This record gives sequence, C-alpha cells and structure tokens, in this order.
Amino acid sequence: MNNETMTYEYSVVRQFAIMTVVLGIVGMLIGVFIASQMAWPALNFDTPWLSFGRLRPLHTNAVIFGFGGSALFATSYYVVQRTCHTRLFAPQLAQFTFWGWMLVIVLAVVTLPLGITSSKEYAELEWPIDILITVVWVSYAVVFFGTIAKRKVKHIYVANWFFGAFILTVAMLHVVNSAAIPVNLIKSYSAYSGVQDAMVQWWYGHNAVGFFLTAGFLGIMYYFIPKQAERPVYSYRLSVVHFWALSFTYIWAGPHHLHYTALPDWTQSLGMVFSLILLAPSWGGMINGIMTLSGAWEKLRSDPILKFLIVSVSFYGMSTFEGPMMAIKTVNALSHYTDWTVGHVHSGALGWVAMISIGAMYYLIPKLFDTEIYSKKLIETHFWIATIGIVLYITSMWISGIMQGLMWRAINDDGTLTYSFVESVQAMHPFYIVRASGGLLFLTGMLIMAYNIARTIAQGKAANAVIPQPAAAH
Amino acid sequence: MSDFTSEFWSWFIIAIVGGGIVWLFYLLRGNDKVPGEPGVPTGHVWDENLQEFNNPLPRWWSIMFYITIFFAIGYLILYPGMGSYKGLLGWTEVGEYEQEVAAAEEKYGPIFAQFEQTAIPELAKDPAAMKAGERLFVTYCAVCHGSDARGAPGFPNLRDGDWLYGGAPEQIEATILHGRNGVMPAWEAPLGGEAGVNMVATYVMSLSGREVDEKLAAEGKVKFDMFCVACHLEGGKGNQALGAPNLSDNIWLYGGSPRTIKETIAKGRSGRMPAHNEFLGTAKSHILAAYIYSLSQD
Repeated sequence: MNNETMTYEYSVVRQFAIMTVVLGIVGMLIGVFIASQMAWPALNFDTPWLSFGRLRPLHTNAVIFGFGGSALFATSYYVVQRTCHTRLFAPQLAQFTFWGWMLVIVLAVVTLPLGITSSKEYAELEWPIDILITVVWVSYAVVFFGTIAKRKVKHIYVANWFFGAFILTVAMLHVVNSAAIPVNLIKSYSAYSGVQDAMVQWWYGHNAVGFFLTAGFLGIMYYFIPKQAERPVYSYRLSVVHFWALSFTYIWAGPHHLHYTALPDWTQSLGMVFSLILLAPSWGGMINGIMTLSGAWEKLRSDPILKFLIVSVSFYGMSTFEGPMMAIKTVNALSHYTDWTVGHVHSGALGWVAMISIGAMYYLIPKLFDTEIYSKKLIETHFWIATIGIVLYITSMWISGIMQGLMWRAINDDGTLTYSFVESVQAMHPFYIVRASGGLLFLTGMLIMAYNIARTIAQGKAANAVIPQPAAAH
Repeated sequence: MSDFTSEFWSWFIIAIVGGGIVWLFYLLRGNDKVPGEPGVPTGHVWDENLQEFNNPLPRWWSIMFYITIFFAIGYLILYPGMGSYKGLLGWTEVGEYEQEVAAAEEKYGPIFAQFEQTAIPELAKDPAAMKAGERLFVTYCAVCHGSDARGAPGFPNLRDGDWLYGGAPEQIEATILHGRNGVMPAWEAPLGGEAGVNMVATYVMSLSGREVDEKLAAEGKVKFDMFCVACHLEGGKGNQALGAPNLSDNIWLYGGSPRTIKETIAKGRSGRMPAHNEFLGTAKSHILAAYIYSLSQD
C-alpha cells in the first residue's frame, strides 16, 4: 500500500477551514458596517456601492455561502472520510470545488456592490454565477457520495445523512429557484411571475435556512459534539425519526414568509401548520446534541470548545421554537416586516450556525496541522465575547421589533394611526446602536479566533492522518 | 375564482398533504412504541470512538410532536388548506379584511361624517376637525409628503403656499379626490441634444434671478419660447390648469441644482398623485383638504 491509500485527504479540508475563518471575518465586518449604517445613515457616504441596499446582499452571501459554505465543505469532507474510513473520492474534483466556490465568492464581492443582482433574496447572484454554483455543487455531490460509496464500514453515520440531505436538497432548490431568462451577461428575468415567483423564492429561501443552515450544520453537530464530549450520541432512534420528519416537513414551510399577501389562503395555511409540525423534528436535533453530554456535564466547565458546541445547540433550540411561533398567522401579523425577524434570523445565524462552526474549527484545525490549539484561554475569551454579542444583538432586535409591530398597529379612537412611520424609525435608533455593538463584539471574537488559529497553524505542520482500521462490530 | 387550473391539482395537494401527515404520524408512532434499551450502544462504531445509544424517544417530545400533528389536522378541517376545500369555518383572507373594514366604517365613519357639511375655510378653524385631519394626514399622506408636510424631491411641499394645481379649497379637495398626473416630456431630442438642454436650463435658472451666462440664456429663451411656453407660459410663470410649475419662484419640485434641472429637461418627469375618493371616501378627503388648506394659512 502506498501513502495515497493509507492516509486521509486533508488538503481541501485545510483550505476550506482557513477560508471559514477568513470569510467569517469578511462577512461579519460588512454586517457590522451595515448595522452601523442603520444607526448612522451618513455612513453610506452618498456612494452607491457603499449603500445598504447593495452591501446587505453582500453580507448575507458572504456569511451564508462564504463562511457557512466553507465550514460545511470543510467539515463534510473531513467527516465523510473519517466516518467512512476511506480517502476522499476524486480529490482533484474536491480541489475544483474549493477554487470554484472561492470564485463564486469573489464574483459576489464584485457584482453585488456594482448593483448587479437578480433581486431574489439569498439568491441575488446573476445567472452566469448561478451556473458556476451548479457546476461546483454537482462536483461536491460527486465527491461526497463517491466517498460514501467506497466506505469501509457498512452503516452510514448519522452526520452523513444530514450532509447528504443538505447537498441534494440545495441542488434542487438552487436550480429551480434560479431558473431565469437571460437578457445579457449581467441581467436576467425570473422564469416565474407574480405570486408564483414569490412562492418559489420563499420555497427556496426558507429551505436555504432549512437545508443549508440547518441540515448541513446538524451534520456538523452529529460528528463534533460526540467527538469532543467523547460520549455516544444520545439516541439513534431519535436521530432516525427527526431526520426523516425534518427533511419532509421543512420543504413545506416557505409560505409562512408570505402570510397575509396575495398567496392563496390554502398555501398560507399549509405553510403555517407544517411550520408548527417542524418544532418537534427540530428539537429532536437539539435533544440529541445536548443529551449526548449527559454523564459528562462537568466537561462543559473546563472545555471551551464544548461550550461553543453546546451553546450553539441551545440557540438552535431557541430559534426553532421561535420560528414556528412566528409562523402562526396571528403572531406573524405582529412580527412580520419588523426587526423581530432580523433578531430571529441572527439567533439562528450567530447563535447556531456561527457558534457550531467556530467550535468545529477549533476542534478541526489543530488536527489538520497535527498540533494542539495555541491558546485554550483565548477560545474561552472568544466564547464569552461572542455570547455577550449575540445576547445584545437578539434582545435589542426583540425589543425593537415588538415595539415596531405595536407602534405600526396602534390606532387612535377615530381609527387613524397613532404613530407615523418615521416615529417608529426614531424609536428604533437606540436599539440599532445596541445591535451594532453586539455585532462588533461578535466580530472581535472572530479576530481573536483568527490570531489563535494563525498561531496554531504556525506551530504545526500540514499532515494527513493515517486511516485507522474500522472497529469490528460487536 | 379557483386557485387551480383543474380538479386534479386540488386532489394532488390533498393527497400529498394527507399522505404526508399520516406518514409523519406512523413514523412517530412506529418508533414511539418500541421500548428501546436506555444506555446501551447500538454496536456500530465509526472513526475509532463514535457510537450511538439507542435511548427511546423522550416522552414529552413525542407528546409535543403528536399535539402539533393533531393541531394540523384540526386546522386543516376548519380552515382552507386541503386544495380547493374551503374549511368548515368558511374563513378567507379577503372575507376577514372586508369584515374588518366594514366594522371600522361603522365605528369610525360617523366621527368623520359629522364634518362633511362644513365648508373648508370654516373647518380649517375647527380644532377637533384639524386634529382628525392631522391624524389622517400622518396615516395616509405622510409617506410621500412627509409627516411635517414639507414634501420631498418629487413630492410637493404643502406648506409653502406654492400650488401646482391651485390652492383654493375646492382645488385642493379635487386633487385629493381625483388625483393628478403631472407629465413633463423628455426634451433632449427636440432641443437638439445636450447643448440645447444646457441653453434652456440656463434660461430657466435666470428666471428665478440667478446669475447665468447671458448669451447662453438668450439662446435658451429662443428655444423656451418655441417648445416650453405652451405649458409653462411666457416667462415661465406656470399654468395651474395643467399643473405646469412656475419656474420663476425658485421652488423646485425635483431639485434646483443645474444638474437636476438639466436632467428634468432632458429626460422629463412623471408625477402621480393617486386618487383617494374610492379609498378614503368623501368625508375623510374633505377633512384632509381642510387640514392641508389650513397648513398654507399659517
């Protein structure tokens, strides 16, 4: 046997892991900047490409697809090899997914500030970039499922179910929602019109949350929590039930983004009831994550990586409770179009997605460079700064959002509105400052991480681990 | 109108929704009934030490899951959701909206109707009516004209005594009830391109007493008298019958910088005040007219 077959393929994992940290900082920096624009609008400097409308999609694309996407590529390539006891299938193709994905991000950084956009939320990139995404994604699927196919163990580990569901569903969502008729290289029109377009968009939009930001990260959760805690997953049975229930139910939840619009009543109802059914399947993942720690709770005190992982699952539980509640039409009548939605998204994005990615990277990167983390203390510092940042962010948005909702619906005794719109804007100002500060704290944490990771890499050296023999089933 | 092009699609929805919910129920029940062996690993091992317990589903979790499933079934019996089935309650979004509007009309209508017979100049002095007017303005007009009624580029200032369509009470009321369409055509081509636009813009700026290049302004006047005078009249005094702005008062609807004036001339403008009669009714429009009239009387 030669070296090629005896070791895991880590180089693509290393590349994506490093870009997770880099793009996390880039995306969150833009986030802090546009959050500051909300508090101090003069910060757009009267420059079109610095304006909120152009930078906001750059922020979402950078954090979701740049930061989150890199974390998913890195962890899935790592986990699928480790849990299949085999080297990555088609490593050259995996290299292509890295450079292709980075090209997508670079093109986003160029086109979005120029105002080149399809105007579909979380799918703003224009059609040539969409085609590139499709090619990269199909290659990703080939590498991932190819590795599964040549696995040395019979059973497929639960993390891989979630990664697999995420890869397949995102492929379908992206292709269907991005279908468009090109006018020229930088302009296209959606293949759908009117309310159908809105429905396809939110079918995509909500499942970008459901499969990209949930199923994929549940895959991360199912590997890194039991690994870091050195405890077995709490319940195999629970993972089966919640995997299938989550995969089936999420796909229906999109219409709750279009409550009280021109969307037909029956579609709105289905969106609402399936969003409610989604509560239990979502919490199945939270239970399996947190309960895996039962019998090892004391580790939470001393292990900052485990703190990141467990707190992220707690935020996951909180956001997936909040989501179904907000999908109830009467609640939605208050919450829709307010900052509450923004707070909800960020309790998921910062609390769940970012925290679990950060935890996974602190576990992963030292292993990829065959060393120990440079400073455990700095991880601890990062954890607390990030947690305080999230709490400031989401509480300010709750208060601001509920206040907006109440101010917008407040009426006088003659049925006219009590507040003009601009009065509600004025009332939000202090909370926008608090939100920007929360974001700044979270970004500061990422900078501490970058330092810690850079020192870790400097003291280690890139190394591919030897593939161990699969344990015999007993 | 049905949401479906044929009955097939309605049954298609019913089948996958019904089938899906039943499937979820049996997925849960099938796994809920198994006793499980708490604390015993399944026997599979991955990556050296990854294992799984086979703990049973937490009871409270299963109950929560069942509740949401039964809620969904109940909701889909009562409300629309199963294809073209209307639901036992007969609820529709449009129906609820119409009911609420009718209820509001009944409750709040008389409050506004009491002012309808009073003439606008008199109403403008009635504090109760003006309070109602201010609230109506903030609700319906402030989005474009600003909560202080001082307007924004493209949306007239209502406090400055300068009127596009006239400031008499009945003219204001007509503007609110029936709306206005202000159309300034694009003149770049007829004026002979950028140079022509520049000449006319220079003349227009001279009308409000700005210091300009005299020669250019004189050339502009020739063109102005040929193309613009029909609407804006001699010397750019404007014509309220057409809504053509007075160009000599240094009040600018779209902005008075040289660049903006040239843009207005070259590309034209299209301003639209929507008609509010159908939406607000005559009583509220009457109060609003009085309120706006009062603003220019300060």
